[in-house]
Amino acid sequence: MSNTPVTRRGLLGRGAALGTVLHGGSAFARSPSSGDAGATTLEVGLTVNGTHHDLRLDPRTTLLDALREHLALTGTKKGCDHGQCGACTVLVDGVRKNSCLNLAVSCGDREITTIEGLGTEQALHPMQAAFVEHDGFQCGFCTPGQICSAVGMLAELKRGLPSAATPQLTTVTMELADSEVRERMTGNICRCAAYPNIVAAILDAAGKA
Amino acid sequence: MRAFTYERPADMAAALVAIGKPGARFLGGGTNLLDLMKVEAETPQHLVDVSRLPLAGIADEGDGLRIGATVTNADLAADGRVRERYPLLSRALLNGASGQLRNQATTAGNLLQRTRCYYFYDPSAPCNKRVPGSGCSALKGFNRIHAVLGASDACIAVHPSDMAVALSALDAEVEVQSAAGGRRIKITDFHRLPGSTPQQDTILADGDLITAVILPPPPAGGQIYRKVRDRASFDFALVSVAAVVETNGNRIRSARVALGGVAHKPWRALEAERQLAGANLSDDSFAAAGEAAVKGAQGRGHNDFKIVLAARTVAHALTEAAAQKKA
Repeated sequence: MSNTPVTRRGLLGRGAALGTVLHGGSAFARSPSSGDAGATTLEVGLTVNGTHHDLRLDPRTTLLDALREHLALTGTKKGCDHGQCGACTVLVDGVRKNSCLNLAVSCGDREITTIEGLGTEQALHPMQAAFVEHDGFQCGFCTPGQICSAVGMLAELKRGLPSAATPQLTTVTMELADSEVRERMTGNICRCAAYPNIVAAILDAAGKA
Repeated sequence: MRAFTYERPADMAAALVAIGKPGARFLGGGTNLLDLMKVEAETPQHLVDVSRLPLAGIADEGDGLRIGATVTNADLAADGRVRERYPLLSRALLNGASGQLRNQATTAGNLLQRTRCYYFYDPSAPCNKRVPGSGCSALKGFNRIHAVLGASDACIAVHPSDMAVALSALDAEVEVQSAAGGRRIKITDFHRLPGSTPQQDTILADGDLITAVILPPPPAGGQIYRKVRDRASFDFALVSVAAVVETNGNRIRSARVALGGVAHKPWRALEAERQLAGANLSDDSFAAAGEAAVKGAQGRGHNDFKIVLAARTVAHALTEAAAQKKA
C-alpha cells in the first residue's frame, strides 16, 4: 500500500468499504420484511457487476450512495440527486434507472451493473469505445451515466419500445434516427454540451451492436 | 431525509396490514416519493414497499384492459394493445419524464404523484398543501406554472401527470383495495379540487391501495395527446390536451376533451364536449370548443398566458384528432 499513490477517491473508498461491508455474514437471508420494522439499519444483499455484497444500511441509503460510499464504486456520479440529470444512471436487471431515486434496501436480489462492470481498460465495452472514438465528452462527469443510459436505451430499442420521437406507434421495427437518440437520451444532461459527439458515439455503437 | 423504517410485505394482505402502522406510506417506484422525502416535503415514518407485489400485468378485460398498479410507465406505453387502441395514452406517457424514470415509475404512482409547485418543494415557504393552514406562497409569488381553472385561495397548484389526463379522456376507472374490501373509482372523481383542504390530492382514504386501472373499450374516433412545455422534452406541461373526435361526414358525432397543467386535477371540459356533439366539422366549432374549455378561467399574473394557450391548444388538438380519423 505504501507504493500506492494516495488519492481522495482511494481514501474515501477504503474508509467507506471498511466501515460497512459485512464479512462472512450469513444472516443476510432474512428479508427486511421479517420483523425488522423497528431496526435503525437493515441487512441488504446487493449484486453489483456480478459480485454479491452483504451490507448493513440505514434504510435512507440510496442505491447511488450504497455504490459510492459503501462499495467504493465511484464511477457512478451524483449530479442533482433528484432524478433530473442522469449522472447516476445504472442498469438494474439490465434496465436503466436513476440510482439516486432507488433505495438500496429495495434493490435486494437485483442485478446491478455500473460503469465499472461494463468493460475494462483492456477491453472496453463497445459503447465506451465509441465514446472514446467520437470524443463524446468534455469534463467527463456525466459520461458514466451517459454510457450506462445509452446501453440501456439500445436494449429498449431491441425490445421495440417506442419514444416520443417515434413517428408511428404501430411501427414494429425502430429506426435509430438522430432525433430518436436525442429524445431517448433526454434524461442525461451534459453541461459541457458535448451532445453532437455523444449522439455520434451512440449511433456508431448501435450500428456495431 | 427523516428516518423511517422499511418493510417489503410478501403479499397484498400483509401490505394492507402493514399500512396501518403509524405514518406508513406505500412505496412503488418511488421516483416522486423518495424525491420529496429528500427535501422533507414528505416525511413518512414507515415505508411499505409494494413494488414487487404481483400487480405488474396488463390483461384484457372484456374489450378493455386491466392495467396492474405496478406496471411501469415504459411498459404501459409500449404495450401493443395500448399503442394500437389507446394511442393517446401511449403518447401521454412517452411525453412525460425520461427513459430512466419511465422504467421505474408505476401506473398507481403516476396517479399519486404530487404537484411540482416550487413552494410545495420548499420547506421554508408557506404551503397549505404541505403544511395545512400555513398559507399559499404561489398566490402572490411566481405562479407561471399554476392553475387557471378550479383553484382556490388556499392552493393554485396543478396536478403534474400526463397519464392521468389521457385516462380522464378515456373514462378509466381506478381499482382500490383496502382492509374493508375493494371498490372502483371513476378517474374523473379520483383527483380533487383543492378547496380548503389542498393537502388531499385524491379521494383515497388512509390504507387504500391502488391495485389496477381499468380501461373501458376505446372510444370511437381519432385520438391526440398534445403537450405544450418550455423544453422540447423532459418537462412538465404548461398545458396539455387529450382529445378524441368522432366524425360523421361533415358533422362531429362526439368529442372528448381533457386538459392537463391547468388545474388541481385532470380537467375534463364537459361543456366543450356538449357543444361539439352534432356540431359542424369546422375550425369555428373547434375554436368555440377551445373558448368553452377555458370559460371561467382565472389567471394569477404570471400564468395569464395559459388561458389563451389552453383555448388554442384545445382547438389544435381537436383539429388534429378529427383529421387523423379521416386519414
